[in-house]
Amino acid sequence: MSRYWVQRLGFALLGLAALAVVAPILVVIGIIVVEGMGAVSWEFITAMPFDGMKQGGIFPALVGTLVLTLGTALVAIPIGVGGTIYLAEYARDTWVTRCIRLAIVNLAGIPSIVYGLFGLGMFVLFLRMGTSILAGALTLAIMTLPVIISTAEEALRAVPTEFRTVSASLGGTRWQGIRYIILPQALPGIITGVILGLLRAAGETAPILFTVAAFFLPRLPQSPFDQTMALPYHLYVISTQVPGMPLRIQHGTALVLLALVLSMNLMATIIRSYFRRRRQW
Amino acid sequence: MFARQQAAAAHANWGEFVIEAFIRVLGFSTIGFVLLIFLFLLREGVPIFYKVPPSNLFGIHWYPIFDLFGTLPLLLGSVFVTVTAILIALPLGVATAVFVREVAPNWAREVLKPMIEVLAGIPSVVLGFFGMHVVAPLIRETLGAPTGLTVFTGGLLLAYMALPTIISVAEDALDAVPKSFRDAGLAMGATQWQTIWRVVVPAARSGITTAVMLGMGRAIGETMAVMMVTGNAARMPLSLDALFKPARTMTATIAAEMGEVAQGSAHYHALFGIGIILFILTLLINLVAVSTIFKKQRRGGLR
Repeated sequence: MSRYWVQRLGFALLGLAALAVVAPILVVIGIIVVEGMGAVSWEFITAMPFDGMKQGGIFPALVGTLVLTLGTALVAIPIGVGGTIYLAEYARDTWVTRCIRLAIVNLAGIPSIVYGLFGLGMFVLFLRMGTSILAGALTLAIMTLPVIISTAEEALRAVPTEFRTVSASLGGTRWQGIRYIILPQALPGIITGVILGLLRAAGETAPILFTVAAFFLPRLPQSPFDQTMALPYHLYVISTQVPGMPLRIQHGTALVLLALVLSMNLMATIIRSYFRRRRQW
Repeated sequence: MFARQQAAAAHANWGEFVIEAFIRVLGFSTIGFVLLIFLFLLREGVPIFYKVPPSNLFGIHWYPIFDLFGTLPLLLGSVFVTVTAILIALPLGVATAVFVREVAPNWAREVLKPMIEVLAGIPSVVLGFFGMHVVAPLIRETLGAPTGLTVFTGGLLLAYMALPTIISVAEDALDAVPKSFRDAGLAMGATQWQTIWRVVVPAARSGITTAVMLGMGRAIGETMAVMMVTGNAARMPLSLDALFKPARTMTATIAAEMGEVAQGSAHYHALFGIGIILFILTLLINLVAVSTIFKKQRRGGLR
């Protein structure tokens, strides 16, 4: 019966591999939460940094990241949802459609730093937006498109064909069917996709390095043409560029960023599982 | 009365025509964005080719201050770190995918899948921060080396950043293997273990290749974590002990230097040139990854 021992040994090894994947995640989150808890307070979140960022809080960086994420949403949602509707409801299987799919795969694969270069070349310099929230949000929006489209398309395709047939049989036009039947049914999936895309935008550093991020700017952004601090870049700056930075502040910043991103992740998961259970088809 | 209805209908149709045209444009926009990205990389990157001779560009010294723009050490740095990452992530990722899909009890699956999604969501700068403060000192002490910021440290972090991609794509590939394959294996008297390794995994081979390629694309394009933990020394990694020495990747070079260059200088164009290399490399990797999917569909046997 030795081959059953082989099987047992093999399964144990597979389990170990899974453990080796998951355990470090818990360690990372655990260490950052434990070390960061001491630093995070209401004041840390709402105060301006001062004394070369060695004292005070992270308010402008936090607001900057929220503003950037909002700007990204304003650009990415219409383009992403529109593109998804085209792919799922209108596009026929032609070579052009295959090109669009290939383009989406490629957008997903382009390194984030290359998005940064593109944003610098096109928005900051060519279109003369300067390093601004506008340039940064546009760059991040293009980067999040593939995430939004691929998740949202799955949601649209999951709506049964009968829904479309019934809508048409009642005399509805194609667009009426999409507007009043398909989109409402697919909404939770679309929202999940949007959140997953935005959470990527909120955590990214490389695309904003040359398009918007300010090293130290202790005030809130005034207009879309302003530079702003942003949490991920701020964490990079205080952990590598500023000598003698108190560890406490670094850990606190890492914790706030991690909490922001993970809470968005949790929101997406909850929306998805809640609506999956409630769905009647 | 009738005329008014007709007018209303015409109005609605016209409105719909505009909306549908707009949606069509949005559908095609992704192609436009890819082209725009490539166009602007070329626009800012190509001038380096007539500002600096090719022997310099493909040389082994990257010292922009002395007008030496040899990209070879950066390219090799990227490749070295990526290969290290894949060597770690491939066995771990495939084993985890097999465990989740074929072996794990339900409760373990319910824990593992969300955890892997969490890993995918952790910002790279946070992982880099963790790498600097926890992983690098650990490696320095165990090796007794002068620094813990090495190729290995970067590869280790990158492996975990590539894992979510590898696991989820490999899982889909295993999912696509029909149940009848498994039943046939078991009916022949093979154990579950034998069925997994001799029937299911080989049948999912092309999907697993896709998973690894996509993971590799993810790893070679990673910027922040790599920049924070690989030490950023633009040296040629020629022998194997370079694994535990600092290196510098293409992505880190762009990120670290673009902030300080004068727009329009040779250095500026050279950094965009590296961007072109990265764009083409990831494009090729993705094309190979996707073409294995297409091949599977054309054969049509597996689903």
